[in-house]
Amino acid sequence: MKNHDIVEKNIGLMTVLVIVAISFGGLVEIVPQFFLKETTEPVAGLKPLGPLELEGRDIYIREGCHVCHTQMVRPLRAEVERYGHYSVAGESVYEHPFLWGSKRTGPDLARVGGRYSDDWHKVHLFNPRIVVPESNMPAFPWLYDNTLDGKHTESKMRGLRKVGVPYTDEDIEGAGDKVRGVTEMDALVAYLQQLGTLLKEKR
Amino acid sequence: MSTFWSLWIIGLTLTNLVLVLWVLLANRKVAVRDDESPENRTTGHVYDGIEEYDNPLPRWWFKMFIATFVFAGGYLAIYPGLGSFEGLAGWTQEKQLAQQQQKADALYSEQFGKYNAMPIEELARDPEAMKMGLRLFANNCAVCHGADGGGNHGFPNLTDNDWLYGGNPATIKQTITLGRKGVMPPWASILGEDGVHETAEYVLSLSGREHDAELAAAGATHFKQNCVACHGADGEGVQAMGAPNLTDDIWLYGGEPADIRQTLRLGRNGVMPAQQELLKESRIHLLAAYVYSLSLPYDEQE
Repeated sequence: MKNHDIVEKNIGLMTVLVIVAISFGGLVEIVPQFFLKETTEPVAGLKPLGPLELEGRDIYIREGCHVCHTQMVRPLRAEVERYGHYSVAGESVYEHPFLWGSKRTGPDLARVGGRYSDDWHKVHLFNPRIVVPESNMPAFPWLYDNTLDGKHTESKMRGLRKVGVPYTDEDIEGAGDKVRGVTEMDALVAYLQQLGTLLKEKR
Repeated sequence: MSTFWSLWIIGLTLTNLVLVLWVLLANRKVAVRDDESPENRTTGHVYDGIEEYDNPLPRWWFKMFIATFVFAGGYLAIYPGLGSFEGLAGWTQEKQLAQQQQKADALYSEQFGKYNAMPIEELARDPEAMKMGLRLFANNCAVCHGADGGGNHGFPNLTDNDWLYGGNPATIKQTITLGRKGVMPPWASILGEDGVHETAEYVLSLSGREHDAELAAAGATHFKQNCVACHGADGEGVQAMGAPNLTDDIWLYGGEPADIRQTLRLGRNGVMPAQQELLKESRIHLLAAYVYSLSLPYDEQE
């Protein structure tokens, strides 16, 4: 190819051209999402997580629940039939980081809120095989023993506010005290029970 | 999508396609044409004596690239890919889902419609309906009540004809639709630890279990004062309140003396989640029939 050597022999120019070549995808598929109403407006009724649910979410991440469980119901009949209304972007606008996932070892949890009783979740997290004999989910018995100290709850909320979660000063004030002494089990169950409860579609 | 972002996406997508096409076509030209200089057919690069030919892309390879462009053009024309342009086919994932659901509804509504019109007692004796009921139960109820409906610690057995809230078809359907909340309060602070022991012995005596008669006599007083309001004077329970029958030796939270004492100390708050927002009425109707069928005499079960 004519003039090919100009690019081949100038590594700086080649770097620039490579960056230009690979940035098209991101500029088209990612950048507009930050500015589109469809992806940045919260769905009706969406509120930032309360202190207990927020701590529960961090336990969810710490225990790696998102490694096996997605939180993303795709708009396919089989999924809507099993889990309920498909997930929409507006439900995740306060999620940092989001926990959608793309690999399911366990079932999707985007609509698990209200589906089972608190007691069931506790038994199931303590040892899943008590209620689901064929389950291969790990047991998390320590959630009963560990309690929250609430030391970082307020700073977490302040951090989230910096990236756009509309926590008010009243929300943050005393948030740590509200969760202090609560078991991790109760926090995680509180988080699970609110998941996906804003959009309803009967299965 | 605003016009700006629509144009942004269209512009970048088309620019990208043009640039890639340019790279492809530009690659057809070689630095030195073979017919101009038959001796010099290489790029001039030599690596340890190995020379590099200066040839255009093989023709089949070039044609495959062209085919991808044709595909991309067709795809962008038919499907929504260029900003707000909806595509000639008008395809969206929501529409596709609606179509799939309509198709399924057409397929199943006849069946569910037929079952919906049947009373639960009749449905429970219809083998075809109960096959569907079994699947619905497995998908929605089995995680708590067990695959066979046999229950678990804290989750009622649905096969034993011992009902917390009543076992007639209408009540079962109501339980599934609206859910239930058990409200056994904690008694530790009112009865004290001794009182808990005494009351537990009395509760054991109600079902004729082994118990300490002396403690049970003392427990009877506690029971009269505190428990009869829900469990009834004779401990046979009150279904309107979901207060269990204590005389039948069937235990939701375990029947060992230690279990009973724990129930007395901390109370119990069993929750059946309401399904009315989660399941369609036709599914609930069929599920109610299936649950009803579980407690039918064995020879009547389908």
